[in-house]
Amino acid sequence: MTDAKIDIKGVRDGLLILIDENSEWMSAVGELVEKLDKQAAFFAGAKLTINLGSRPVTRHGLSSLKAALDNRKLALSKIMSDSPTTTDAAESLDLRTGPASVAPESDDMGATQRYRTQPFDPNEDTVVGLLVPRTLRSGRSVRSDGHVVVLGDVNAGAEIIAAGDIVIWGVLRGTVHAGAIGDVTARVCALEMAPTQLRIADRYSIAPQDKGRWRRTRPEMARIEGDFIVVEPWQRTARKD
Amino acid sequence: MGGRVVTVTSGKGGVGKTTTTANLGLALARLDKRVVVIDADIGLRNLDIVMGLENRIVYDLVDVVEGRAKVKQAMIKHKQFPDLYLIPAAQTRDKSAVSPADMVQLCNDLRKEFDFILIDSPAGIERGFRNAMAPADDILIVTNPEVSAVRDADRVIGLIEAENKGPARLILNRVKMDLVRKGDMLSADDVTDILAVKLIGIVPDDEAVVSASNSGTPVTLQDNSRSGQAFRNIARGCAARTYLSCSLMRKAGC
Ligand SMILES: Nc1ncnc2c1ncn2[C@@H]1O[C@H](COP(=O)(O)OP(=O)(O)O)[C@@H](O)[C@H]1O
Ligand SMILES: [Mg+2]
Repeated sequence: MTDAKIDIKGVRDGLLILIDENSEWMSAVGELVEKLDKQAAFFAGAKLTINLGSRPVTRHGLSSLKAALDNRKLALSKIMSDSPTTTDAAESLDLRTGPASVAPESDDMGATQRYRTQPFDPNEDTVVGLLVPRTLRSGRSVRSDGHVVVLGDVNAGAEIIAAGDIVIWGVLRGTVHAGAIGDVTARVCALEMAPTQLRIADRYSIAPQDKGRWRRTRPEMARIEGDFIVVEPWQRTARKD
Repeated sequence: MGGRVVTVTSGKGGVGKTTTTANLGLALARLDKRVVVIDADIGLRNLDIVMGLENRIVYDLVDVVEGRAKVKQAMIKHKQFPDLYLIPAAQTRDKSAVSPADMVQLCNDLRKEFDFILIDSPAGIERGFRNAMAPADDILIVTNPEVSAVRDADRVIGLIEAENKGPARLILNRVKMDLVRKGDMLSADDVTDILAVKLIGIVPDDEAVVSASNSGTPVTLQDNSRSGQAFRNIARGCAARTYLSCSLMRKAGC
């Protein structure tokens, strides 16, 4: 049996398990079970979040995994997936679901409470930022307890919530919340700003309704100044502080 | 190499999927292609009505999947084009009666005998959508120049990308040029700017589409109709297996 199909990480409230997208499903399940059995005492009672990437898994495939975990008194609490097939399968088994490219959530509290302030420590194994190498289309949601960088557009109907800054190398049309745990120095930058809603810490602003068909296409940066969110040209000299 | 499966989908309902499927089917048949159109909108079938074949239905897609009928028995030959067939949806069942794997198998059988297998997808992003998506080689997204329709198209394109399908191609239906000129309707550029996929057809809003569909003779059969011409252009790209973008078509004087 080849290894490295399974990656198990301890997270705030349990285990985050990553199953390699390209491995054969039943043998991956077998390997996972074997790993869990090896350290049964350590894992006992843990809440599991399983990230399946974009692999499509049928309801049948998922329920056999769930059964194996149930037998070991492990609670499968959430499936992270970018495949609608998998997401629907998980939903039909009454599991919580979420996108795969997201930091695990610790609970069901409001988004702004979901993050702890963490000093950046390069030696610490935490998510400090997220690079999203594509356009985020409607319905997608990205959360990070660090910064988020998007190489593409953020379309209306998509959202980003980050404890840190949000930088978009494209058009921002969706909803973003930077400094989501209260960092008033957080910034939002985009090549073109046309957000549905833009929030920084506890302030929010709605893009002015463009009356004409004229569009501003210059890069802009939003940040908090005093009580307000200001938006100004994003250029080399514009720095934090 | 066998036939090509082309799925027509949208997310939002009522934007013109069925109209597009019927017109492309007929336009391809006129180009002497062997075509079968499948109505995957189980429970809300209407492709048969638009194609004027409603009264000939004996067996449907669910009958085929559940083994009550052979594929050949469910295929209804078009009145005018002997190489054009319809496999109708069941009216009395729901989408869960068919699985994505069923659709893949059915299409693989049909590929041997047809150049094109067109699938009319139901609205939504649930089971019916996945049924229609599963066998697709080409995916045509139909949308209207309306914010809500574009939003849903965007969602669907995202789902298609997440399944590593595609690339999705876009058909913009029901465009009113006078409104676009006045700035009161999203233009083709506005829509492609957001969706960032190849626009392969712009179909004008045209009352003739409605009356033609109601009489079971899709508008593309009318040689002097502009909307009919738009569907014929798309069909030519489809037949050549190279979808031209609209800007290229404009240059080519289509
Ligand atoms: N280009 C068009 N111009 C005018 N009416 C149209 C056009 N395309 C579609 N329609 C009408 O819009 C309605 C919905 O179209 P339909 O193809 O049934 O949508 P869908 O299959 O996406 O639900 C129908 O009444 C149809 O005749
Ligand atoms: Mg329809």
